[in-house]
Amino acid sequence: MSEQNKLPAPEPALLNKTKKSNLILVFGILSVLFSIIPLAGIVFAVLAICLFVKNRSGMKAEIGKTLAMIGIVISIIASAVELLFFPLNNPPSWLSAIRSDFLVSSFWIDFENNFISEKRYMYILKGLGVTFEVTFFAVLLGIALGVVVALVRSSYDTLKEEMRGGFGKGLLWFFNKLCGVYLTVIRGTPVVVQLMIIYFVIFASSNNKILVAVLAFGINSGAYVAEIIRGGIMSIDKGQFEAGRSLGFGYVRTMAFIIIPQAFKAVLPALANEFIVLIKETSVSGYVGLQELTKGGDIIRSRTYSAFMPLIAVAIIYLVIVMFFSWLVSLLERRLKNSER
Amino acid sequence: MSADNKVIISVKDLKKFYNDGEVKALDGVTTDIRKGEVVVVIGPSGSGKSTFLRSLNLLERPTGGSITFEGNDIMAPSTDINKLRQKMGMVFQHFNLFPHLTILRNMTIAPMKLNGLSKEDAEKKALSLLERVGLADRAKAYPSQLSGGQKQRIAIVRALAMDPEVMLFDEPTSALDPEMVGEVLDVMKNLAKAGMTMVCVTHEMGFAREVGTRVIFMDCGRIIEENTPDQIFTNPQNERLKSFLQKVL
Repeated sequence: MSEQNKLPAPEPALLNKTKKSNLILVFGILSVLFSIIPLAGIVFAVLAICLFVKNRSGMKAEIGKTLAMIGIVISIIASAVELLFFPLNNPPSWLSAIRSDFLVSSFWIDFENNFISEKRYMYILKGLGVTFEVTFFAVLLGIALGVVVALVRSSYDTLKEEMRGGFGKGLLWFFNKLCGVYLTVIRGTPVVVQLMIIYFVIFASSNNKILVAVLAFGINSGAYVAEIIRGGIMSIDKGQFEAGRSLGFGYVRTMAFIIIPQAFKAVLPALANEFIVLIKETSVSGYVGLQELTKGGDIIRSRTYSAFMPLIAVAIIYLVIVMFFSWLVSLLERRLKNSER
Repeated sequence: MSADNKVIISVKDLKKFYNDGEVKALDGVTTDIRKGEVVVVIGPSGSGKSTFLRSLNLLERPTGGSITFEGNDIMAPSTDINKLRQKMGMVFQHFNLFPHLTILRNMTIAPMKLNGLSKEDAEKKALSLLERVGLADRAKAYPSQLSGGQKQRIAIVRALAMDPEVMLFDEPTSALDPEMVGEVLDVMKNLAKAGMTMVCVTHEMGFAREVGTRVIFMDCGRIIEENTPDQIFTNPQNERLKSFLQKVL
């Protein structure tokens, strides 16, 4: 009965590998930091990517590689901007030619008109801030609501046979029905309609648009989060629940110590995705006049009568945000997969 | 030997019906479990032996009849079933270790949260139990890093960490690779030798014969025959038991 299951001593090659992946990560970070200085950023990025190609291993190396790629993109943009605008006393003749050509190009005139003059870029920046603010609090509200609803619904499912009736069971039945109605109504109507009902009907006397948007998107997201979490709870093997109960834990403690930690881990990627979806969903807040990112771009369009630049800029910003968070989610998923089972 | 020992679990006319009595998983089971006994429950699949075992700690809620544990009716509304379950350790076919906790934490979580043991005391106890089953060096591992036999040994000592009066085994070796059955049965044999009261649903006839003090043969939700292992295996009375033994031995 005596197994010797000791881990093998780490081999030198393995040590070398972790060292290298640390190096890749450092170079990746440096390439982003130094991307303001035209060549330095690219040099670090190339170093990181070369190392990565030679030995692709581990999470740190992956992160380093992606950072290096981001670093290259920022470097190129930063170099171009510096080339065109960096104040020089005596720019060489070829550079001043490029500069004077650029300043009269239709791209720059359009760009200046849409973003620079009258500080119109502030619409985008402020809008971005509002978008993040609404999303962040709506996610918190959504998770809180979702956890409560999921617990009520799954508790009712498991406890309805065990409970002996009486007041407690009646109360749980009532809350279960209430949650059922909530899920049906919220998931059965468009979020824009819910937003407008909350703004124009329920909060008709108030003008706090951010609060209204947080409530609308939080309540809406809560319904979807509830189903995600309930799915997670139900995906945990019934034996886990029985094992907890057979040790003497009551229902609540079994949920708290055994089921919820496992369920939460299982649904973390799905929850993060819900957050990403929510960022995009807040773009309809303009319906109640909230100046978030989309509305900001739209206001610029209505001032300058040129639609292309502001709307494309807004689209690119959403895309970059979503790509970034999707990347984080994929890292998270991989970590959860690695950690066990 | 056990006739004069005190009764720990007393089961009377236990019934469990599904679909309004269409399916009778248990159809009137009556028996007593005495202190120090090793009761082995055998029978064909679907005979209700697992349902019987799971009723003893109310993982399955009976439709009728009564179960008393140390004199308390476990189905009475005033009974705190969670308190009683602490005295009835249970081992499952599929181990049901908690995958998100280390082996040590698997074993200390219940004693710490339910019995109020300090972390040091709980860990000391867990380690001495792990020593007993030869797995002390795996304390920091996670369940997914263990073999099936190791998992089941851990599951047994996890239940023992609560100092139960009775151990319930629900086909503890059925999900194991054949070469791992022995190590789990060894642990159970040692446990029986140490005087633990055990109720064991199993297909291991060798174990029933060697370790059991009493064998219950169930079929169709009823106890068909109940006797010492010797009598059951060498001198079966009932036709169904005879044909069952012919198939499994």
